[in-house]
Amino acid sequence: MRYFPLTNSEREEIKNFLGIKDTNELFSDIPKDKSYYPLNDIPSALTEDQLLIKFKELTKKNKYSKYLSFLGAGSYNHFIPEVVNYLINKGELSTPYTPYQAEVSQGSLQGIFEYQTMITMLTGMDISNSSLYDGGTAAAEGVLLALRKSKKNRILIASNLHPEYIEIIHTYIQNLDFEAEFIEFDRESGKIDLIQLKEKIDENCGGFIFQSPNFLGVIEEVKTISDITHSKNAFSVQVTAEAMSLAFLTPAAENDVDIIVGEAQSFGIPIGFGGPYLGFIGAKKEFLRQMPGRIVGQTIDTKGRKGYVLTLSTREQHIKREKATSNICSNQALCALRAAIYLSTMGQIGLKEVSKINHLNTAYFVKEASKLTNINIKYKKDFYNEVVIKIKNRKVEDFIAKLEEKKIIAGVPLKYFYPDFEDSILVNFTEIHKKKDIDEFINAIGEIE
Amino acid sequence: MNKLQKPIFEKSRKGKIGYSFSPTEFSDDLITIDKKKLREEIKDFPQVSEVEIVRHYTNLAQLNHSVDSGFYPLGSCTMKYNPKINEKIANFEEFSTHPYSPHKFVEGNLEIITTFEEWLKKITAMAAFTLTPSAGAHGEITGMMIIKKYLSSKGDPRKIILIPDSAHGTNPASAHFAGYETKEIPSNEDGIIEIETLKEYLNKDVAALMMTNPNTLGIFEKNICKTSEILHKNGSLLYMDGANMNAFMGIVRPGDLGVDVMHLNLHKTFSTPHGGGGPGSGPVGVAPYLVELLPVPYVYKKGNNYFIKYHGEKSIGRIKNFYGNFLVIVRALAYLMSIGKEYIRKVAEDAVLNANYIRKSLEPLLELPYKSKTLHEVIFSDKNLNVTTLDIAKSLLDYGIHPFTIYFPTIVHGAMMIEPTETESKETIDEFIDAMKKILEKAKTDPEYIKNTPYTTPVSRLDEVLAARKHVLKWEKSSE
Amino acid sequence: MNLDNFKFTKEHEWVNMEGDIGTIGISDFAQKEFGDIVYVELPSVGEKFNKGDACANIESVKAVDDIYTPISGEVIEVNEELNDNPENINKDPYGKGWIFKIKIEDKKEIENLMNNNQYNDFLNGIS
Repeated sequence: MRYFPLTNSEREEIKNFLGIKDTNELFSDIPKDKSYYPLNDIPSALTEDQLLIKFKELTKKNKYSKYLSFLGAGSYNHFIPEVVNYLINKGELSTPYTPYQAEVSQGSLQGIFEYQTMITMLTGMDISNSSLYDGGTAAAEGVLLALRKSKKNRILIASNLHPEYIEIIHTYIQNLDFEAEFIEFDRESGKIDLIQLKEKIDENCGGFIFQSPNFLGVIEEVKTISDITHSKNAFSVQVTAEAMSLAFLTPAAENDVDIIVGEAQSFGIPIGFGGPYLGFIGAKKEFLRQMPGRIVGQTIDTKGRKGYVLTLSTREQHIKREKATSNICSNQALCALRAAIYLSTMGQIGLKEVSKINHLNTAYFVKEASKLTNINIKYKKDFYNEVVIKIKNRKVEDFIAKLEEKKIIAGVPLKYFYPDFEDSILVNFTEIHKKKDIDEFINAIGEIE
Repeated sequence: MNKLQKPIFEKSRKGKIGYSFSPTEFSDDLITIDKKKLREEIKDFPQVSEVEIVRHYTNLAQLNHSVDSGFYPLGSCTMKYNPKINEKIANFEEFSTHPYSPHKFVEGNLEIITTFEEWLKKITAMAAFTLTPSAGAHGEITGMMIIKKYLSSKGDPRKIILIPDSAHGTNPASAHFAGYETKEIPSNEDGIIEIETLKEYLNKDVAALMMTNPNTLGIFEKNICKTSEILHKNGSLLYMDGANMNAFMGIVRPGDLGVDVMHLNLHKTFSTPHGGGGPGSGPVGVAPYLVELLPVPYVYKKGNNYFIKYHGEKSIGRIKNFYGNFLVIVRALAYLMSIGKEYIRKVAEDAVLNANYIRKSLEPLLELPYKSKTLHEVIFSDKNLNVTTLDIAKSLLDYGIHPFTIYFPTIVHGAMMIEPTETESKETIDEFIDAMKKILEKAKTDPEYIKNTPYTTPVSRLDEVLAARKHVLKWEKSSE
Repeated sequence: MNLDNFKFTKEHEWVNMEGDIGTIGISDFAQKEFGDIVYVELPSVGEKFNKGDACANIESVKAVDDIYTPISGEVIEVNEELNDNPENINKDPYGKGWIFKIKIEDKKEIENLMNNNQYNDFLNGIS
């Protein structure tokens, strides 16, 4: 078998050297009655050509790519320049371990250092880290960071934060001594109910976590939210699930946000049925000692040359053990590097341009679809690249099925997340969609009587 | 080549373009958002051409040591070869579907998930697996939450997780973030947990023992069955950190040893690339009585149809977006299918043969603190040497070999934790042994030479103290 | 450095009393063992501690150690300079490397600590 370089005669040679007759002698500490169990249940090995056939068969069972899709909701299909795929598939980038031996890891370390820099440039925050698992766990880490730093035990959560993120936050804090309370959103505007926020926030709150653009696609009044949270000495924790919006909207720091976390899959990472993705975090520098995950720093070598190392490691699990700021060890480093390559490729001009195309495509849809009589656009003000459409006189399932007949996947039904949104779906437009795609979508909707 | 690279920001020149994308078909008049909410330019963001990007990252890549470029015997990390066909398969565009796609359009993906779970069940004898955790530590916290919820729902919430001193470093933090206190339990002079010691530490507040097996000394915890029995009598559970599963995949199944909850690392045992620190994947397997506690979503097959459980009253809830690191799972499945029943046992056998070959070859030169049988890795100490483990590690770099894991486990003075894996040739291992001999010989006559290694790497030893005292954590224009 | 007035603990902290104010730091032996100190987490002024409480910690690149107060009382001053120059503990552990000052409650606590000679004997015993 091609993955095993030892020859049979070498195996014999090693056994002789070790003074054993049979390899099974090396496993004699394992209970005899349990070891060397029969392997009959396990399928036979496939050769490389057989393996390809097997997986090609599996690809045929996915019909998704034959459809024009307008699904978003935390996973966004953006154009990936080929240079990104080409570079990230280099084995020298994908097959090292965590860069503990800095002398032979400068490539990974510098790549991550540049990624950290780009995140701070995009968000305006002082510091970043080398990555977190995904948007949802980044949101949970953001909550824990705010509570750790504030030494308080209550967190307020926006109810229009991505529902999966809310679930993950709940899972993470359920066993810790923390309380969480929801702040509702205003059904008219789709934005956080600021009056309720003012009422519920108090000095016991470590922070308020909210999403902007929120799960319904609406851009929040971030500066006002930060001002309200700060008035009670709580931290303003912004989540951004669509990182592409960072290049279009005011940076978090300018809105006085203390911590921003989110999902950076949009930066050159394929939608990949949901993973691997890229959790990002940015924060003010006062959070440095409390940050979760690895951080790369710049230093010099014995000859005075500039180089990079993992630093501030004492925050981490392998040193601080149960007192660590997080248990994260392996992260999403290669996805972070992918994002860095993508962002370098798009550059200052391309990223802003493509980010704007996302919005213009959505704005065009909103304008044209407003003329349709069988749907309503729910929040026509302050959207970025997603909007909620309300379906009139027809069940959502039925509406979706009609569009599927026309090879269109319309959007994410919101009834799974909000009971009072049973007639609505969330649709997303990116630069992938051309005018003709959007027209096709609008026409297809129009043709449903 | 091995040229150090200026930061990409310093290669940037105003007006350079690295992208190409069709211009918008619409006018800016469509924008109705208040200008105050829109950003200015992204200050100092790169402006480089495509060829410069390719060279920047190609040159950076060449500064790395990787599995593709050479031997990487990092203990407990299982740096085995990452098969290239798996990369091709994971890059099939048809697999890259939207996670919220209607199920009927992604049945291939759902089949991959359920098929892979079946494989893991067969290899481990656990009743079911969640594939959603992103990494080993993420699996650990998931496992701890399952134990917590199970005991709480029985009305017997307990406070303490026992963790052997030979366990993986992430374990205490994972237990802590699941709301537990941890207590370290010492291993004996043979490097394993003795039943009598376990009994001393056991009381009605102990929720579980979190055991790495084989432990970080490379030694199989041979009392594991008895350990499980005693724990169960006490109402406690046995968690097995299965990061070292490469030592006995195909030889024994944890479920047969009385393990209640365990995790696996797909980026270790199952050959998916480590990516310079991730993404990994850390599936968690459970005994039959814990299946309903697994996180959501849980994909399963009934008849010819696929179903996804999104909510469960007994489930610990969601721990990750969507279905986990799916494309990592695709690679791991391709690996298992390539190995099959014919070779699955060979993995552990060759890995253990190679590790023991190193052990016996270096034993005359280095202190071996524990004499017990070792499996996939061997741990030496720098005791009685005139140079340190760090010095030896850095010297190896000059031989083009990545060092072993150093200073872990902490119960060994100056630990050198060596794991060759099954995917290394005898020639490579002989070269490593030879390099070690030369380094140790040189240390006797010229320790200063060894202390100043490496000499041939792109940079020499870096000042970590400076990095920790004067934080430079991002590039800034002034630092040019 | 004259250490006649200094008292030591087995955990290698020192205390130097002036009136009812005790200045606290770590011994030369401790800083050498620990290596290059890169960060000191100081207590807050006004915090009250009992003898033996962990009230500060020091970090090297790869380790963290708690500092336990040898005497009970209220923290009245901390060495802010360590925020920028943690290496002062390495360079001058008994002078510029002091960590915090505490207003003592019970003078008897001092009597149970070792003087410099006793501490040196203790070090000889453990090394």
